[in-house]
Amino acid sequence: MKRKFWSVLSLVVILGLVLTGCGGGAAPDGGGSADEPYKVALVYIGPPGDLGWTYEHDRGRKAVEEKFGDTVETTYIENVEEGPDSARVMRQYAQEGYDMIFATSFGYMDHMYEVAQEFPDVKFEHCSGFKTLDNMATYFGRIYQPRYLSGIVAGKMTQNNNIGYVAAFPIPEVIRGINAFTLGVRSVNPDAEVHVVWTNTWYDPVIEREAAVALLDGGADIIAQHQDTTEPQKAAQERGAMSIGYDSDMRAFVGDTVLTSPIWNWGSYYINTIQAGKDGKWETHQFWGGLKEGVVELAEMSPKVPQDVRDLVAAAEKEILDGNDVFCGPITAQDGSVFVAEGQCMSDGDMLGMSVFVEGVVGTIPED
Amino acid sequence: MTEFSALLTSILTITLQAGTSLTYATLGEIYTERSGVLNLGLEGMMLLGAVTAFATSYYTDNPWLAVLVAIIVGGLLATVHAFLTVTMRANQVVSGLSITLFGTGMANFLGQRLGPPEYGGNLVGLVAESFRPTPIPFLSGIPVLGALFKQDILTYGLYILIPLAWYYLYKTRNGLNLRAVGEDPQTADAMGINVFQVRYLYTIFGGMLVGLGGAHLSLAYAPGWTENITGGRGWIVIALVIFAMWNPARAILGAILFGGINAVQFRLQAAGTTFPAAVLNMLPYLLTIIVLVIMTWWEALSKRVGAPAALSKAYMREDK
Repeated sequence: MKRKFWSVLSLVVILGLVLTGCGGGAAPDGGGSADEPYKVALVYIGPPGDLGWTYEHDRGRKAVEEKFGDTVETTYIENVEEGPDSARVMRQYAQEGYDMIFATSFGYMDHMYEVAQEFPDVKFEHCSGFKTLDNMATYFGRIYQPRYLSGIVAGKMTQNNNIGYVAAFPIPEVIRGINAFTLGVRSVNPDAEVHVVWTNTWYDPVIEREAAVALLDGGADIIAQHQDTTEPQKAAQERGAMSIGYDSDMRAFVGDTVLTSPIWNWGSYYINTIQAGKDGKWETHQFWGGLKEGVVELAEMSPKVPQDVRDLVAAAEKEILDGNDVFCGPITAQDGSVFVAEGQCMSDGDMLGMSVFVEGVVGTIPED
Repeated sequence: MTEFSALLTSILTITLQAGTSLTYATLGEIYTERSGVLNLGLEGMMLLGAVTAFATSYYTDNPWLAVLVAIIVGGLLATVHAFLTVTMRANQVVSGLSITLFGTGMANFLGQRLGPPEYGGNLVGLVAESFRPTPIPFLSGIPVLGALFKQDILTYGLYILIPLAWYYLYKTRNGLNLRAVGEDPQTADAMGINVFQVRYLYTIFGGMLVGLGGAHLSLAYAPGWTENITGGRGWIVIALVIFAMWNPARAILGAILFGGINAVQFRLQAAGTTFPAAVLNMLPYLLTIIVLVIMTWWEALSKRVGAPAALSKAYMREDK
């Protein structure tokens, strides 16, 4: 009997340690003061320490805290699986009286949709999805615009016209990025090819590295990526190759071999949305901002990028800002057919469902 | 032909690099399980080993000291597991899972706290002294097999450790005692072997190797600290132990198989083939299941390879 007591007790102690270990990221609860702050919760797919996707959302959260001070209280939870677990997390926040909940990954969509119907007074914001309700909005950014610009840099800087691209999942968002990047590359270097490898994971430092090494072994001298960590950049640097980052300004973490990075800049969106919520002016919406809205941008370039390339990028950026978007014809598809006809531009709906590569991409899109 | 041998060399090189941490952890878990203790805490132990090793190397510029720290951390966590399961006779599965949960949370927590204050305590994105590949002259020039001699020092360590681990387990009295404890602790006890001591010893020894496996990730294979750098490799090791049928000599085969899958499938993709990557990714698990099925169905084989019969069973002296 006594032994049993001890083993149960020690397990309780261990579990207690576990819970304190996991709880490291959460902000303290507000203590029911007279002037209740506006409470905002963010659900993250990865850890803020990934220096990529989640890092940028957390940078946006910090901008909110800086802007609003004591009048807004933010909290976040990291490493939430894209499954029923996420519904549990969001339901808990709603029950605890949070006024606005942001979910930052595509796979949370259906779970948020379900929870949002249970709590009509709470505002729900879902990143990268397409389902909305009166109290559930979507938000995302046209990252393909700065990706096109980064493609110009890669196209000018490659020595052997072999560019590698480490890609996560064959979904429209990623395919759109690969296509925009390739169009940027080919706009300045029609002989260059972009070789794509799928990792089938958003976040796995070791697998991302292995994919980059395979591309480097295949002769690539620049590595671009659509992943959540800096490993492909580090692998390229170790082999003496250049790279294009993604998500955050990866040059700051890896070094000048990262020529530039298409990056997210969520702060302004989060501040505006929370302000609207505070003022009672929030309405459901489908936000898809681009370079113009400042949600996406191209990070500052490495000193290795010469002035003439910078001028080309600046000119292309101006063209996009003037309304001549990336997916305006004529564009040829990978199989040689017409992707976008001359004089036409792709609609947002077509862009959101993109499932075919453009000319210049080497690789296949696996069928379901 | 030269192109093909270059491809084989590059695949073999990365396979061995990817397989090193898996092999260390597999060897460790084989020894632990041979004593009758199942440790499911590998994922957490590898992560804590990786983060502490990286932090040590960052502050001391001494990767050897970093390896030592990871070994100690792995050993300490294994001591907790041994205390709970051997002395307290807690359920081994529950204790192991607790250690994984604890280790994962703690490693991520430390990754946000152990860094220098000017980075807000964050270890992510820092660069520390690491183990670079050190090719051995002449030998590394051999076509294809030269890949064996283009590795970092920790991988070379395996070439010595694996035969030693095999010899110790099968050819020494201590190894015999260890196998006896995992097979039938009552009889072993009657023979005068101290079951508790043996279980403690090899659980801790196994934990040390697991910590070392974690250190290889953050010091050599993917130098640097990234949260969840193991990406589930601790769980793969559990399967690898079964695949290796608890034999240290076979540990390297499983690790190469699991480690090499990505090297091969990414190259197939880069070469433009349409072979479905999912099939290749599934292969090691499929083989593990086949091994399990064969061993369950064919008891004689299970006896012969020496699957520890008392695995995950607590030993109580008074039991009849």
